[in-house]
Amino acid sequence: MRLAGRVHKFGADVDTDAIIPARYLNTSDPKQLALHCMEDADPDFPKKVQAGDIIVADKNFGCGSSREHAPLAIKAAGVSCVIAKSFARIFYRNAVNIGLPILECPEVVDEVEEGDRLEVDLEKGTITNTTTGKTYRATPFPEFMQKIMASGGLINYVKERMKKGV
Amino acid sequence: MGMTITEKILAYHAGRDLVEPGELISCRVDLVLGNDITAPVAIAEFERLGLTRVFDNQRVVLVPDHFTPNKDINSAEQAKLVREFARVYSIENYFEVGRMGIEHCLLPQEGLVVPGDVVIGADSHTCTYGALGAFATGVGSTDMAAGMATGEAWFKVPETMKLVYYGELPRWVGGKDLILHTIGDIGVDGARYMAMEFTGEVVNRLSMDNRFTMANMAIEAGAKNGIFEPDEITLEYVRGRAKRDYRVFTSDPDAKYAEVWEYDVSRLEPQVAFPHSPENARPISEVGNVSIDQVVIGSCTNGRLEDLEIAASILKGKKVHREIRTIVIPGTQEIYLEALRRGLIEIFIEAGAVVSTPTCGPCLGGHMGILAKGEKAVSTTNRNFVGRMGHPESEVYLASPAVAAASAVMGRIAAPWEVVR
Repeated sequence: MRLAGRVHKFGADVDTDAIIPARYLNTSDPKQLALHCMEDADPDFPKKVQAGDIIVADKNFGCGSSREHAPLAIKAAGVSCVIAKSFARIFYRNAVNIGLPILECPEVVDEVEEGDRLEVDLEKGTITNTTTGKTYRATPFPEFMQKIMASGGLINYVKERMKKGV
Repeated sequence: MGMTITEKILAYHAGRDLVEPGELISCRVDLVLGNDITAPVAIAEFERLGLTRVFDNQRVVLVPDHFTPNKDINSAEQAKLVREFARVYSIENYFEVGRMGIEHCLLPQEGLVVPGDVVIGADSHTCTYGALGAFATGVGSTDMAAGMATGEAWFKVPETMKLVYYGELPRWVGGKDLILHTIGDIGVDGARYMAMEFTGEVVNRLSMDNRFTMANMAIEAGAKNGIFEPDEITLEYVRGRAKRDYRVFTSDPDAKYAEVWEYDVSRLEPQVAFPHSPENARPISEVGNVSIDQVVIGSCTNGRLEDLEIAASILKGKKVHREIRTIVIPGTQEIYLEALRRGLIEIFIEAGAVVSTPTCGPCLGGHMGILAKGEKAVSTTNRNFVGRMGHPESEVYLASPAVAAASAVMGRIAAPWEVVR
């Protein structure tokens, strides 16, 4: 799958309360959540984000709570992919489980600027900054996680396995 | 080759003799937990599987504790969804308002988690149960759904960070100070993906309530789980409560640790984590003059009986500062009742504090004590991120029940010895 979009850049340790504040967790409707996505990190983000855009962040993105509403909000806001130096473990797991593409690539995080355009090839694990022309390689996912993503998330993966009686 | 307690528990539940850090394994889980925020998403995912039953109706636990008693119509709808799911699928361990408590205070109290368990919970503070010598970790709603369906979960076996605490804990210094100091030292991603194994002579003398506080905040260092080896203190707690047989695992003497951190705690001061990160810990002597508007004593971190005892010992015969709102939240109905019997609730009310029914409430900016723009709170909770307790321009300072109670009296962040000699 190929993704392309403009970069929205964030710093280190972006927590799940910044991604979707708990004051909006009285619903789990992704469309409602998307209206407040990243609000406490950048109040204008919900207004300026466009379909396909890419979040680029420093280390430990998604730390804090286990709320799956965080990757759900990002996905429903139209963000096609999150690239970070590293991810907090529950966020990483949740993103894989719900089918939000995420990539670890420290070099691109250091070199990309707000508003640059990136193209991502998920199969090859490559990220190209079409503003500068430079291509980067992301850390590949373990095979097991690639299977979950290929099934379209954990529930579909479990469904397939139950059907096969594994 | 030797294994750590975390590796042994995972190996046992994977039906293996040996596991090594980095391996991806599938494990049997003993318990699957969800709350009123995370369970509705999990239920929707579970229903996509088209099953008529959960893997075991005694091993799924549902606790509506975050926005309950419901704060608005939307949260009431969420709670209703969980209640109806519990009824349709005959979930035995559904805890209704009036019988519930904050999930991570409630489950150990009810003996639902026992030593040697593997527990997944759709709540990041599920790591609290590591205090019992169980492997417990937070997951998202989809993992919870898959767990309810299959009774299994996949894990990457974590590397283990060993933390050794030695010396003699000074008065007014406890589990909250140990964990805040540790997170201040290693950072909010210092233990990312790792197991934090708490050891040493100091830990061996700690009460269960203090151990729960420490394991609870392992996630605040990015850890997968926090864990203590069960000892006589653990078993004394577990006996008479355990709803299932339990199994005591301990680390081998030749177990491999990725990192070892040692702390001499003899001169450790009460700690305060400044906004907006739990890693911004400072000793109380370096806090300076920070005026506050609100004090919160409670949560899955510090809402247990010993926490309330400490707060009451400071507030007894004193008055909450006239410009401060102090909110005390017992972790469960049982803790509330015992605090009442011991006279603690009377002490709080006479001091001018308000006592709430068990709820996560203000900890996550839900209800029962939301901060306005520019307001500051000292809280015994676990997170002080931007907007955590209310307005994005409010501030939360994390501290122990002792510091929180002293601050309530002084109207600024204060040391316990400023109030009690």
